[in-house]
Amino acid sequence: MRGYEVLFAGNNFLRLLGGLWVTIRISLISIGISLVLGVLLGAAMTVRNRAVRAICKIYLEVVRIMPQLVWLFIVFFGITRSTGINLSGEAAAMIVFTIWGTAEMGDLVRGAFISIPKHQYESGLALGLGKAQLYGYVIIPQTIRRLTPNIINLSTRMIKTTALVSLIGVTEVLKVGKQIIDANRYDAPDAALWVYAAIFFMYFIICFPLSVFSKKLSDKFR
Amino acid sequence: MDRSFINKYYPLYIESAVLTVTIGCMGIILSVIIGMLCALCRYYKIPILNAIAAAYTELSRNTPLIVQLFFLFFGLPKAGIVLSPEVCGTVGLAFLGGGYMSESFLSGLVSVKKTHLEAAASLGLNELQTMTNVVFPQAASVSAPAVCANVIFLLKETSVFSAVSLADLMYTAKDLIGMYYSTTEALTMLVIAYLIMILPVSIVFTLLERRMHRAGI
Repeated sequence: MRGYEVLFAGNNFLRLLGGLWVTIRISLISIGISLVLGVLLGAAMTVRNRAVRAICKIYLEVVRIMPQLVWLFIVFFGITRSTGINLSGEAAAMIVFTIWGTAEMGDLVRGAFISIPKHQYESGLALGLGKAQLYGYVIIPQTIRRLTPNIINLSTRMIKTTALVSLIGVTEVLKVGKQIIDANRYDAPDAALWVYAAIFFMYFIICFPLSVFSKKLSDKFR
Repeated sequence: MDRSFINKYYPLYIESAVLTVTIGCMGIILSVIIGMLCALCRYYKIPILNAIAAAYTELSRNTPLIVQLFFLFFGLPKAGIVLSPEVCGTVGLAFLGGGYMSESFLSGLVSVKKTHLEAAASLGLNELQTMTNVVFPQAASVSAPAVCANVIFLLKETSVFSAVSLADLMYTAKDLIGMYYSTTEALTMLVIAYLIMILPVSIVFTLLERRMHRAGI
Protein backbone atom coordinates (compact mmCIF):
# COMPACT_ATOMS: atom_id res chain seq x y z
CA MET A 1 0.00 0.00 0.00
CA ARG A 2 1.30 3.45 -0.85
CA GLY A 3 1.59 6.04 1.87
CA TYR A 4 -1.21 8.29 0.68
CA GLU A 5 -3.61 5.35 0.34
CA VAL A 6 -3.34 4.87 4.10
CA LEU A 7 -4.94 8.28 4.55
CA PHE A 8 -8.17 7.16 2.95
CA ALA A 9 -8.08 3.45 3.81
CA GLY A 10 -10.99 2.36 5.99
CA ASN A 11 -12.15 5.21 8.18
CA ASN A 12 -8.66 6.61 8.74
CA PHE A 13 -9.49 10.06 7.42
CA LEU A 14 -12.61 10.26 9.53
CA ARG A 15 -10.57 9.27 12.57
CA LEU A 16 -8.10 12.05 11.83
CA LEU A 17 -10.94 14.53 11.54
CA GLY A 18 -12.34 13.20 14.82
CA GLY A 19 -8.93 13.83 16.41
CA LEU A 20 -8.90 17.32 14.99
CA TRP A 21 -12.35 17.93 16.46
CA VAL A 22 -10.99 17.11 19.93
CA THR A 23 -8.54 20.02 19.77
CA ILE A 24 -11.02 22.30 18.05
CA ARG A 25 -13.60 21.56 20.74
CA ILE A 26 -11.07 22.38 23.47
CA SER A 27 -10.21 25.66 21.76
CA LEU A 28 -13.83 26.61 21.03
CA ILE A 29 -14.89 26.10 24.65
CA SER A 30 -11.83 27.98 25.94
CA ILE A 31 -12.36 30.80 23.43
CA GLY A 32 -16.01 31.10 24.45
CA ILE A 33 -15.28 31.31 28.17
CA SER A 34 -12.28 33.60 27.73
CA LEU A 35 -14.34 35.93 25.60
CA VAL A 36 -16.74 36.53 28.48
CA LEU A 37 -14.08 36.66 31.19
CA GLY A 38 -11.75 38.68 28.96
CA VAL A 39 -14.32 41.45 28.51
CA LEU A 40 -14.67 41.65 32.29
CA LEU A 41 -10.90 41.65 32.75
CA GLY A 42 -10.46 44.27 30.05
CA ALA A 43 -13.07 46.48 31.70
CA ALA A 44 -11.32 45.99 35.05
CA MET A 45 -8.05 47.07 33.46
CA THR A 46 -9.47 50.44 32.50
CA VAL A 47 -10.92 51.40 35.90
CA ARG A 48 -9.47 54.28 37.93
CA ASN A 49 -8.53 52.14 40.92
CA ARG A 50 -4.79 51.55 40.78
CA ALA A 51 -4.81 48.39 42.90
CA VAL A 52 -7.31 46.70 40.58
CA ARG A 53 -5.27 47.68 37.54
CA ALA A 54 -2.06 46.43 39.14
CA ILE A 55 -3.58 43.07 40.00
CA CYS A 56 -4.87 42.64 36.44
CA LYS A 57 -1.50 43.62 35.03
CA ILE A 58 0.32 41.12 37.24
CA TYR A 59 -2.10 38.37 36.22
CA LEU A 60 -1.53 39.19 32.56
CA GLU A 61 2.26 39.22 32.82
CA VAL A 62 2.44 36.07 34.92
CA VAL A 63 0.32 34.14 32.44
CA ARG A 64 2.23 35.52 29.48
CA ILE A 65 5.77 34.97 30.64
CA MET A 66 5.49 31.16 30.76
CA PRO A 67 5.15 29.01 27.66
CA GLN A 68 1.68 27.48 27.41
CA LEU A 69 3.19 24.02 27.55
CA VAL A 70 4.69 24.80 30.96
CA TRP A 71 1.23 25.87 32.17
CA LEU A 72 -0.20 22.62 30.83
CA PHE A 73 2.41 20.68 32.80
CA ILE A 74 1.79 22.72 35.95
CA VAL A 75 -1.95 22.16 35.84
CA PHE A 76 -1.90 18.59 34.56
CA PHE A 77 0.89 17.18 36.74
CA GLY A 78 1.16 19.80 39.48
CA ILE A 79 -2.49 20.09 40.49
CA THR A 80 -2.95 16.34 40.50
CA ARG A 81 0.08 15.98 42.74
CA SER A 82 -0.67 18.75 45.20
CA THR A 83 -4.44 18.41 45.57
CA GLY A 84 -5.06 14.81 44.59
CA ILE A 85 -7.73 15.88 42.12
CA ASN A 86 -7.35 13.73 39.04
CA LEU A 87 -7.84 16.02 36.07
CA SER A 88 -8.24 14.55 32.61
CA GLY A 89 -5.89 15.94 29.98
CA GLU A 90 -8.82 17.65 28.27
CA ALA A 91 -10.02 19.33 31.45
CA ALA A 92 -6.50 20.51 32.25
CA ALA A 93 -6.15 21.88 28.73
CA MET A 94 -9.44 23.76 28.97
CA ILE A 95 -8.41 25.31 32.29
CA VAL A 96 -5.03 26.40 30.94
CA PHE A 97 -6.36 27.78 27.68
CA THR A 98 -9.16 29.62 29.45
CA ILE A 99 -6.71 31.23 31.87
CA TRP A 100 -4.36 32.18 29.05
CA GLY A 101 -7.14 33.23 26.68
CA THR A 102 -8.73 35.42 29.34
CA ALA A 103 -5.45 37.23 29.89
CA GLU A 104 -4.87 37.84 26.18
CA MET A 105 -8.50 38.74 25.55
CA GLY A 106 -8.47 41.17 28.48
CA ASP A 107 -5.45 42.89 27.03
CA LEU A 108 -7.16 43.19 23.63
CA VAL A 109 -10.32 44.60 25.20
CA ARG A 110 -8.30 47.11 27.20
CA GLY A 111 -6.41 48.12 24.06
CA ALA A 112 -9.66 48.61 22.14
CA PHE A 113 -11.19 50.69 24.95
CA ILE A 114 -8.28 53.06 25.36
CA SER A 115 -7.91 53.42 21.59
CA ILE A 116 -11.25 55.25 21.46
CA PRO A 117 -10.32 58.95 21.37
CA LYS A 118 -11.48 61.06 24.28
CA HIS A 119 -13.46 63.38 22.02
CA GLN A 120 -15.83 60.53 21.21
CA TYR A 121 -16.90 60.46 24.86
CA GLU A 122 -17.07 64.22 25.02
CA SER A 123 -19.08 64.64 21.84
CA GLY A 124 -21.46 61.95 23.02
CA LEU A 125 -21.99 63.78 26.29
CA ALA A 126 -22.25 67.11 24.48
CA LEU A 127 -25.08 65.68 22.40
CA GLY A 128 -26.89 64.98 25.65
CA LEU A 129 -26.60 61.19 25.62
CA GLY A 130 -26.98 59.39 28.91
CA LYS A 131 -24.30 57.02 30.12
CA ALA A 132 -26.10 53.94 28.75
CA GLN A 133 -26.75 55.66 25.43
CA LEU A 134 -23.16 56.90 25.22
CA TYR A 135 -21.80 53.38 25.65
CA GLY A 136 -24.54 51.64 23.69
CA TYR A 137 -24.49 53.87 20.61
CA VAL A 138 -21.01 55.39 20.53
CA ILE A 139 -18.31 53.58 22.46
CA ILE A 140 -19.20 49.89 22.33
CA PRO A 141 -19.91 49.71 18.57
CA GLN A 142 -16.50 51.25 17.85
CA THR A 143 -14.81 48.98 20.36
CA ILE A 144 -16.35 45.90 18.77
CA ARG A 145 -15.19 47.00 15.34
CA ARG A 146 -11.63 47.32 16.51
CA LEU A 147 -11.81 44.18 18.59
CA THR A 148 -13.24 41.67 16.12
CA PRO A 149 -10.15 41.19 13.92
CA ASN A 150 -7.94 40.81 16.99
CA ILE A 151 -10.31 38.31 18.57
CA ILE A 152 -10.24 36.21 15.40
CA ASN A 153 -6.44 36.36 15.41
CA LEU A 154 -6.33 35.26 19.02
CA SER A 155 -8.69 32.41 18.17
CA THR A 156 -6.36 31.11 15.46
CA ARG A 157 -3.49 31.35 17.93
CA MET A 158 -5.48 29.35 20.45
CA ILE A 159 -6.45 26.73 17.86
CA LYS A 160 -2.80 26.35 16.92
CA THR A 161 -1.67 26.17 20.52
CA THR A 162 -4.16 23.44 21.43
CA ALA A 163 -2.07 21.12 19.24
CA LEU A 164 0.13 20.90 22.35
CA VAL A 165 -2.43 18.83 24.24
CA SER A 166 -1.05 15.66 22.64
CA LEU A 167 1.93 16.13 24.96
CA ILE A 168 -0.23 15.71 28.06
CA GLY A 169 -1.82 12.57 26.71
CA VAL A 170 -5.01 13.79 25.04
CA THR A 171 -5.86 11.64 22.03
CA GLU A 172 -6.09 14.38 19.43
CA VAL A 173 -5.16 14.52 15.78
CA LEU A 174 -1.40 14.00 16.21
CA LYS A 175 -1.98 10.97 18.46
CA VAL A 176 -4.55 9.52 16.06
CA GLY A 177 -2.09 10.11 13.24
CA LYS A 178 0.57 8.21 15.15
CA GLN A 179 -1.83 5.34 15.78
CA ILE A 180 -2.62 5.13 12.07
CA ILE A 181 1.08 5.21 11.18
CA ASP A 182 1.90 2.52 13.71
CA ALA A 183 -0.95 0.29 12.56
CA ASN A 184 0.34 0.44 8.98
CA ARG A 185 4.03 0.22 9.81
CA TYR A 186 4.56 -2.85 7.61
CA ASP A 187 2.02 -2.26 4.82
CA ALA A 188 2.94 1.36 4.23
CA PRO A 189 6.28 2.36 5.73
CA ASP A 190 6.12 5.88 4.31
CA ALA A 191 2.70 6.66 5.82
CA ALA A 192 4.23 9.11 8.33
CA LEU A 193 5.09 11.56 5.55
CA TRP A 194 1.54 11.66 4.24
CA VAL A 195 -0.25 11.59 7.56
CA TYR A 196 1.74 14.44 9.06
CA ALA A 197 1.50 16.44 5.84
CA ALA A 198 -2.28 15.92 5.95
CA ILE A 199 -2.43 17.14 9.56
CA PHE A 200 -0.28 20.14 8.62
CA PHE A 201 -2.75 21.11 5.89
CA MET A 202 -5.76 20.45 8.12
CA TYR A 203 -4.52 23.12 10.51
CA PHE A 204 -3.75 25.38 7.59
CA ILE A 205 -7.23 24.94 6.13
CA ILE A 206 -8.78 25.93 9.45
CA CYS A 207 -6.51 28.84 10.34
CA PHE A 208 -5.82 30.40 6.96
CA PRO A 209 -9.41 31.50 6.16
CA LEU A 210 -9.69 32.94 9.67
CA SER A 211 -6.47 34.94 9.19
CA VAL A 212 -7.64 36.23 5.82
CA PHE A 213 -11.03 37.15 7.25
CA SER A 214 -9.46 39.00 10.16
CA LYS A 215 -7.13 40.89 7.83
CA LYS A 216 -10.06 41.85 5.57
CA LEU A 217 -12.02 43.10 8.56
CA SER A 218 -9.17 45.16 9.99
CA ASP A 219 -8.50 46.71 6.57
CA LYS A 220 -12.17 47.53 6.21
CA PHE A 221 -12.46 49.14 9.63
CA ARG A 222 -9.35 51.21 9.28
CA MET B 1 9.77 20.77 48.78
CA ASP B 2 12.84 18.57 48.85
CA ARG B 3 16.01 20.69 48.86
CA SER B 4 18.42 17.83 48.33
CA PHE B 5 16.50 16.77 45.23
CA ILE B 6 16.86 20.24 43.78
CA ASN B 7 20.55 20.37 44.63
CA LYS B 8 21.09 17.03 43.00
CA TYR B 9 19.25 17.66 39.77
CA TYR B 10 19.58 21.35 38.98
CA PRO B 11 22.69 20.73 36.80
CA LEU B 12 20.42 18.72 34.50
CA TYR B 13 18.27 21.81 34.08
CA ILE B 14 21.26 24.00 33.33
CA GLU B 15 22.39 21.54 30.70
CA SER B 16 19.01 21.40 29.02
CA ALA B 17 18.52 25.17 29.35
CA VAL B 18 21.79 25.70 27.50
CA LEU B 19 20.60 23.35 24.76
CA THR B 20 17.24 25.14 24.55
CA VAL B 21 18.88 28.56 24.40
CA THR B 22 21.44 27.46 21.80
CA ILE B 23 18.86 26.01 19.44
CA GLY B 24 16.48 28.85 20.19
CA CYS B 25 19.11 31.48 19.31
CA MET B 26 20.11 29.73 16.10
CA GLY B 27 16.47 29.39 15.11
CA ILE B 28 15.75 33.04 15.91
CA ILE B 29 18.79 34.31 13.98
CA LEU B 30 17.83 32.18 10.98
CA SER B 31 14.24 33.32 11.20
CA VAL B 32 15.33 36.98 11.18
CA ILE B 33 17.37 36.34 8.03
CA ILE B 34 14.56 34.39 6.34
CA GLY B 35 12.02 36.98 7.41
CA MET B 36 14.08 39.83 6.06
CA LEU B 37 14.62 38.15 2.70
CA CYS B 38 10.93 37.28 2.39
CA ALA B 39 9.88 40.79 3.35
CA LEU B 40 12.22 42.29 0.72
CA CYS B 41 10.94 39.88 -1.95
CA ARG B 42 7.40 40.92 -1.14
CA TYR B 43 8.14 44.64 -0.79
CA TYR B 44 9.93 44.91 -4.11
CA LYS B 45 7.42 42.50 -5.70
CA ILE B 46 10.16 40.37 -7.26
CA PRO B 47 8.30 38.07 -9.66
CA ILE B 48 7.88 34.41 -8.59
CA LEU B 49 9.86 34.95 -5.36
CA ASN B 50 7.12 37.31 -4.20
CA ALA B 51 4.50 34.58 -4.59
CA ILE B 52 6.71 31.97 -2.92
CA ALA B 53 7.47 34.27 0.01
CA ALA B 54 3.78 35.11 0.45
CA ALA B 55 2.72 31.46 0.34
CA TYR B 56 5.48 30.47 2.75
CA THR B 57 4.50 33.21 5.19
CA GLU B 58 0.89 32.04 5.24
CA LEU B 59 1.85 28.37 5.58
CA SER B 60 4.21 28.93 8.49
CA ARG B 61 1.94 31.36 10.32
CA ASN B 62 -1.17 29.25 10.09
CA THR B 63 0.16 25.94 11.37
CA PRO B 64 1.38 24.97 14.84
CA LEU B 65 5.10 24.43 15.46
CA ILE B 66 4.52 20.99 16.91
CA VAL B 67 2.88 19.80 13.67
CA GLN B 68 5.74 21.29 11.64
CA LEU B 69 8.26 19.51 13.86
CA PHE B 70 6.42 16.19 13.60
CA PHE B 71 6.47 16.49 9.83
CA LEU B 72 10.19 17.31 9.81
CA PHE B 73 11.16 14.66 12.32
CA PHE B 74 8.85 11.73 11.58
CA GLY B 75 7.58 12.51 8.08
CA LEU B 76 10.63 13.61 6.10
CA PRO B 77 12.80 10.55 6.87
CA LYS B 78 10.24 8.53 4.88
CA ALA B 79 11.12 10.71 1.89
CA GLY B 80 14.81 10.01 2.50
CA ILE B 81 15.65 13.21 4.40
CA VAL B 82 16.83 12.34 7.90
CA LEU B 83 17.42 15.27 10.26
CA SER B 84 18.89 15.06 13.75
CA PRO B 85 16.67 16.37 16.55
CA GLU B 86 18.88 19.44 16.93
CA VAL B 87 18.69 20.31 13.24
CA CYS B 88 14.97 19.59 13.30
CA GLY B 89 14.43 22.00 16.19
CA THR B 90 16.47 24.74 14.51
CA VAL B 91 14.85 24.29 11.11
CA GLY B 92 11.37 24.07 12.61
CA LEU B 93 11.82 27.22 14.68
CA ALA B 94 13.34 29.05 11.71
CA PHE B 95 10.44 27.93 9.49
CA LEU B 96 7.86 29.16 11.97
CA GLY B 97 9.72 32.32 12.92
CA GLY B 98 10.58 33.25 9.34
CA GLY B 99 6.90 33.72 8.56
CA TYR B 100 6.24 35.88 11.61
CA MET B 101 9.40 37.94 11.07
CA SER B 102 8.59 38.44 7.39
CA GLU B 103 5.20 39.85 8.33
CA SER B 104 6.72 42.22 10.92
CA PHE B 105 9.44 43.47 8.59
CA LEU B 106 6.98 43.94 5.75
CA SER B 107 4.67 46.01 7.93
CA GLY B 108 7.64 48.26 8.70
CA LEU B 109 8.60 48.59 5.05
CA VAL B 110 5.11 49.46 3.82
CA SER B 111 4.74 52.05 6.58
CA VAL B 112 7.34 54.26 4.86
CA LYS B 113 5.36 56.98 3.15
CA LYS B 114 5.35 57.25 -0.61
CA THR B 115 6.23 60.94 -0.41
CA HIS B 116 9.53 60.00 1.22
CA LEU B 117 10.38 57.73 -1.69
CA GLU B 118 9.49 60.48 -4.13
CA ALA B 119 11.53 63.00 -2.17
CA ALA B 120 14.51 60.65 -2.22
CA ALA B 121 14.12 60.16 -5.98
CA SER B 122 13.91 63.89 -6.62
CA LEU B 123 17.06 64.42 -4.53
CA GLY B 124 18.78 62.12 -6.99
CA LEU B 125 19.32 59.16 -4.65
CA ASN B 126 19.61 55.88 -6.47
CA GLU B 127 17.72 52.71 -5.53
CA LEU B 128 20.36 51.46 -3.09
CA GLN B 129 20.81 54.83 -1.38
CA THR B 130 17.06 55.21 -1.01
CA MET B 131 16.92 51.78 0.56
CA THR B 132 19.72 52.26 3.11
CA ASN B 133 19.21 55.93 3.93
CA VAL B 134 15.46 56.43 3.70
CA VAL B 135 13.50 53.19 3.82
CA PHE B 136 15.43 51.00 6.27
CA PRO B 137 15.91 53.44 9.17
CA GLN B 138 12.19 54.28 9.20
CA ALA B 139 11.08 50.71 8.67
CA ALA B 140 13.38 49.45 11.42
CA SER B 141 11.85 51.65 14.08
CA VAL B 142 8.31 50.69 13.05
CA SER B 143 8.93 46.94 12.98
CA ALA B 144 11.14 46.79 16.07
CA PRO B 145 8.36 46.20 18.65
CA ALA B 146 6.79 43.44 16.54
CA VAL B 147 10.17 41.80 16.00
CA CYS B 148 10.88 41.90 19.74
CA ALA B 149 7.48 40.34 20.44
CA ASN B 150 8.30 37.63 17.90
CA VAL B 151 11.61 36.86 19.61
CA ILE B 152 9.85 36.31 22.93
CA PHE B 153 7.15 34.26 21.21
CA LEU B 154 9.81 32.07 19.57
CA LEU B 155 11.71 31.66 22.86
CA LYS B 156 8.49 30.38 24.40
CA GLU B 157 7.82 28.10 21.46
CA THR B 158 11.11 26.29 22.12
CA SER B 159 9.23 24.43 24.85
CA VAL B 160 7.78 22.20 22.12
CA PHE B 161 11.17 20.75 21.23
CA SER B 162 10.76 17.82 23.60
CA ALA B 163 8.22 16.42 21.11
CA VAL B 164 11.08 15.52 18.77
CA SER B 165 13.09 13.96 21.60
CA LEU B 166 15.38 16.92 22.12
CA ALA B 167 16.56 16.87 25.74
CA ASP B 168 15.25 20.35 26.50
CA LEU B 169 13.77 21.75 29.73
CA MET B 170 10.32 20.17 29.29
CA TYR B 171 11.95 16.84 28.53
CA THR B 172 14.07 17.00 31.68
CA ALA B 173 11.09 17.97 33.81
CA LYS B 174 8.93 15.19 32.41
CA ASP B 175 11.75 12.72 32.88
CA LEU B 176 12.20 13.64 36.54
CA ILE B 177 8.45 13.50 37.15
CA GLY B 178 8.30 10.10 35.52
CA MET B 179 11.34 8.67 37.28
CA TYR B 180 11.07 10.02 40.83
CA TYR B 181 7.51 11.31 41.06
CA SER B 182 8.83 14.51 42.61
CA THR B 183 6.45 16.69 40.63
CA THR B 184 6.59 19.81 42.78
CA GLU B 185 10.37 20.12 42.69
CA ALA B 186 10.65 19.29 39.00
CA LEU B 187 7.97 21.82 38.05
CA THR B 188 9.40 24.53 40.32
CA MET B 189 12.81 24.20 38.71
CA LEU B 190 11.16 24.22 35.29
CA VAL B 191 9.35 27.48 36.03
CA ILE B 192 12.50 29.08 37.45
CA ALA B 193 14.53 28.00 34.42
CA TYR B 194 12.04 29.56 32.01
CA LEU B 195 11.83 32.73 34.11
CA ILE B 196 15.62 33.08 33.97
CA MET B 197 15.49 32.61 30.20
CA ILE B 198 12.56 34.81 29.26
CA LEU B 199 12.20 37.49 31.95
CA PRO B 200 15.45 39.41 31.23
CA VAL B 201 14.69 39.45 27.50
CA SER B 202 11.18 40.66 28.16
CA ILE B 203 12.36 43.43 30.51
CA VAL B 204 15.07 44.61 28.12
CA PHE B 205 12.58 44.78 25.25
CA THR B 206 10.05 46.68 27.36
CA LEU B 207 12.69 49.24 28.35
CA LEU B 208 13.86 49.54 24.76
CA GLU B 209 10.35 50.09 23.53
CA ARG B 210 9.67 52.73 26.16
CA ARG B 211 12.86 54.51 25.22
CA MET B 212 12.02 54.49 21.52
CA HIS B 213 8.55 55.70 22.34
CA ARG B 214 10.00 58.62 24.30
CA ALA B 215 12.46 59.40 21.51
CA GLY B 216 9.42 59.71 19.29
CA ILE B 217 10.49 57.19 16.67
